[in-house]
Amino acid sequence: MIKEKVRVKTLKINDMDVTAKSNATILEVANEQGITIPSLCYLEGLSCVGACRLCLVEVKGSSKLVPACTSKIKDGMEVMTNSPRIQKHRKMILSMIFAERTHTCSVCVSNGHCELQNQAIEQGLEHSEVAYIHQKFDIDASHPSYMYDPNRCILCTRCVRVCDEVEGAHALDIFGRGIESKIIHDMDEPWIDSQSCTSCGKCVQVCPTGALFEKGVSATEMTKKKEIVIKLIQTRKER
Amino acid sequence: MKKVRVATIWLDGCSGCHMSFLDMDERLLEIAQKIDLVYSPYVDQKEIPEDIDLFIVEGALSTDHDLEIIKIIRKNSKKILALGDCAVTGNISAMKNLFGTEAVLKKGYFDLVDLNATGHYPSKMIPKLLDKVIPLNEAIKVDFFVPGCPTPADAIYEVIQGILEERPVNISTLTRFGK
Amino acid sequence: MILSLEELQGVGDKRIKSEKDCNKELRICVGSSCSSLGSSTLEKELAKKVKEKGLDKKCKVKGVGCNGLCSAAIMVSHYDKEEQKETLYGGIESGQSDELVALIEESSALAEKKLDMSAPFFTQQLKIVLENAGVVDPNDIEDYIAHGGYHSLFKVLDEMSPIEVIEEIKISGLKGRGGGGYPTGLKWETVLKVDSDQKYIVCNGDEGDPGAFMDRAVMEADPHKIVEGMAIAGYACGASVGYIYVRAEYPIAVEKLNRAIKQARSNNILGTRIANSSFNFDIEVRLGGGAFVCGEATALVASIEGNRGNPRQKPPHLSDYGLWKQPTVLNNVETFANIAPIIKNGGEWYKNIGTHNSSGTKVFALTGHIKNTGLIEVPMGISLRKLIYEIGGGTTNGKPLKAIQTGGPSGGCIPEHLLDTAIDYDSLKAIGSIMGSGGIIVMDEASNMVEVARFFMDFSKSESCGKCVPCRVGTTELTMLLDKFIAKEATVSDFELLKEMCEVVQNASLCGLGQTAPNPVMSTIKYFEDEYLQGIKND
Repeated sequence: MIKEKVRVKTLKINDMDVTAKSNATILEVANEQGITIPSLCYLEGLSCVGACRLCLVEVKGSSKLVPACTSKIKDGMEVMTNSPRIQKHRKMILSMIFAERTHTCSVCVSNGHCELQNQAIEQGLEHSEVAYIHQKFDIDASHPSYMYDPNRCILCTRCVRVCDEVEGAHALDIFGRGIESKIIHDMDEPWIDSQSCTSCGKCVQVCPTGALFEKGVSATEMTKKKEIVIKLIQTRKER
Repeated sequence: MKKVRVATIWLDGCSGCHMSFLDMDERLLEIAQKIDLVYSPYVDQKEIPEDIDLFIVEGALSTDHDLEIIKIIRKNSKKILALGDCAVTGNISAMKNLFGTEAVLKKGYFDLVDLNATGHYPSKMIPKLLDKVIPLNEAIKVDFFVPGCPTPADAIYEVIQGILEERPVNISTLTRFGK
Repeated sequence: MILSLEELQGVGDKRIKSEKDCNKELRICVGSSCSSLGSSTLEKELAKKVKEKGLDKKCKVKGVGCNGLCSAAIMVSHYDKEEQKETLYGGIESGQSDELVALIEESSALAEKKLDMSAPFFTQQLKIVLENAGVVDPNDIEDYIAHGGYHSLFKVLDEMSPIEVIEEIKISGLKGRGGGGYPTGLKWETVLKVDSDQKYIVCNGDEGDPGAFMDRAVMEADPHKIVEGMAIAGYACGASVGYIYVRAEYPIAVEKLNRAIKQARSNNILGTRIANSSFNFDIEVRLGGGAFVCGEATALVASIEGNRGNPRQKPPHLSDYGLWKQPTVLNNVETFANIAPIIKNGGEWYKNIGTHNSSGTKVFALTGHIKNTGLIEVPMGISLRKLIYEIGGGTTNGKPLKAIQTGGPSGGCIPEHLLDTAIDYDSLKAIGSIMGSGGIIVMDEASNMVEVARFFMDFSKSESCGKCVPCRVGTTELTMLLDKFIAKEATVSDFELLKEMCEVVQNASLCGLGQTAPNPVMSTIKYFEDEYLQGIKND
């Protein structure tokens, strides 16, 4: 087991001297300092999985790129969050996310409020650098209040984690592997038949794209309230 | 001053981006001072001319004819601008890819029609659908990408001005996917 | 119950004595390759006939593990104890039990099937890991003990402290044989130093590279050796529980391992207070569902825990945070098989085999367009040319060799002109490939290298767990791009994209699977760029 004493470490992020709690991650420290590191699978309060790879940063002296969300800070470490090399990698990774499934922004409920779309703007990505794959999945409209369109899913697994770690239901998980991976309810049943789903809707609110949304909304109308979930986790921790 | 030779074409899209182009309103007059529109749905010209400085393409590539045309366009043009989400990403045109050509034809020519006397899909005199609708850059090299659905007139204006003045334009500040 | 080194020796001696008058052995290979041709039936039939003819006092019929030359399956070895002479017969058919019976009386029988034991395939090998393969009956713990088995474990428990064991392994210079090449002694030391009530020893038997079957052969031929190696590791690191993770596609290996563990338990070689010491250790076999990614350390651990076999970001490393969050040593089958010989002969002995930076031997599985398909063990530092042309006998039909592929989907292609490269961790890395776990695929001139790269990329694509974007999407994109080259419809910019994407997948993927998936493409671009350029259409 790792036993960590909480003390302080000093490091540099983008040439700025920074001091932070020794068990903090690079992403947490950067956020505290107002340095934005892009991410899609990270959500404050949930466990970190390092899956989307957008938060990759360079650490001086190492040829490897490390995900800021899972990497603990080290004394004297020098982190670059936005080098040309990082930008190049980020653009291609972001392209891959857009190309994998079918993100048709113009007709999407989340158009204008989508974290994936926002990443494209922030990274200056105006077209996908890689060919579209359009991996196809069936839509699940069985739930009375919510819809699930896996064609807009980026497999960030925020929904899986919030359901498991916050709601405690673990109604969601991943099925299949590789390009065929899919988020499922229980044993890949229609949402309405899920025995463990409590219909709390946290998965919908933390979903960064239009993959999970409320029924009855039309294009551009779905605004997510992930802040409520973040606040909920914080409040619970403080108790 | 020699005018810049510009062409536009409407491939697999809704023509919304061409409408949006017209929405530049009085700014069209300003642009018209600097360009010659040599080929476009706006003008009556049957053949794609040579020596085009800037070719603005709306729409995705859906048919074998689209593929043929885009190759001629590439050959005849110095710069190509992909205008709108269909040309840049495939957009709505590419939603067909989830179901396949066969399913789309069946839906269009059998399931949803009252009468199909021949019992066939139309196959003569019309181009053949590709298996997969693709954005322009999956077939040719594209020089400028200007997303949007449709791309706002202001963005089109800024981008064309930038190209004419040969200065870089930050496209992400003007438009985005789905704008 | 075997409670001391003396008792252990007694068991071995007793066995040798009981077989004193039986001075011949017919050893039938019952490994996967030979048994797929019916060798298990042959063994049973032969044993029955030998007994019927009253020859069983004179000759023992024994099912053994892989003899190496799988292209000559079924292999039978005739061993004469008095003369200490082994004669190998290859290409025996499952119905030839009568001919084999005749062999006991008349050594000239089956002369046409006799293999030339002076061929380099036999003379150039050095067997440490495979020393018992083809010799010892894997179902029989006493046979293993009679061949010196478990002596190292008892020696360690009797005479050595954990630190001394680790020191010996460090001196030997043994590096992880799963492909990573991390120094084993150092790994053990890290775990020994971590303070924890519970630690684990895990053996990685999830061999999954296409064309690799080294670990399968070791597990099938000499399961006790793995048990012994793991127990020694347990003692050295302070762990009391071990797991062997084997893919379910290796049913024979699973059966042999489970039997070996059972036999070891009933002799108190596994269990509590082993050899009257305070050391407790037990092992369980866990089956993998056949996902390649479960060979990755963190995914393997997740799978043993009963979770989805997804890798996670390192650090923390397994030595801090492994199985059930406890410090864990994870080594490959072949690494564990090296432990007992090192303890028996000393670290210095092992260090003097092979090269300075890569000591010892390495087991390779030779496949593809090569004459002597099979399993070999050679000292590190031997040249690839010697391996292919002398031991391997050259290409099938004598066609010119184009390239060899080492390290499976994580490795690279090595062109003919680099065959003089020595086999060691650093040299192979320097030319863009890796040692890997030991699969060597030989390709003759007819092979299309873009198609080879595509084969491996498609493999990585179907084995990607799907957790991180660069691997999940990147391997799919790369497969699609390679298809364009194969169809000769690629463009110049596709070639640029291919190279860029390889770099991104390599740098940005979460685990080793994605990080190494572009290697087959990158190495074929490096050495066979022409073939990619031929895939670019001109328009």
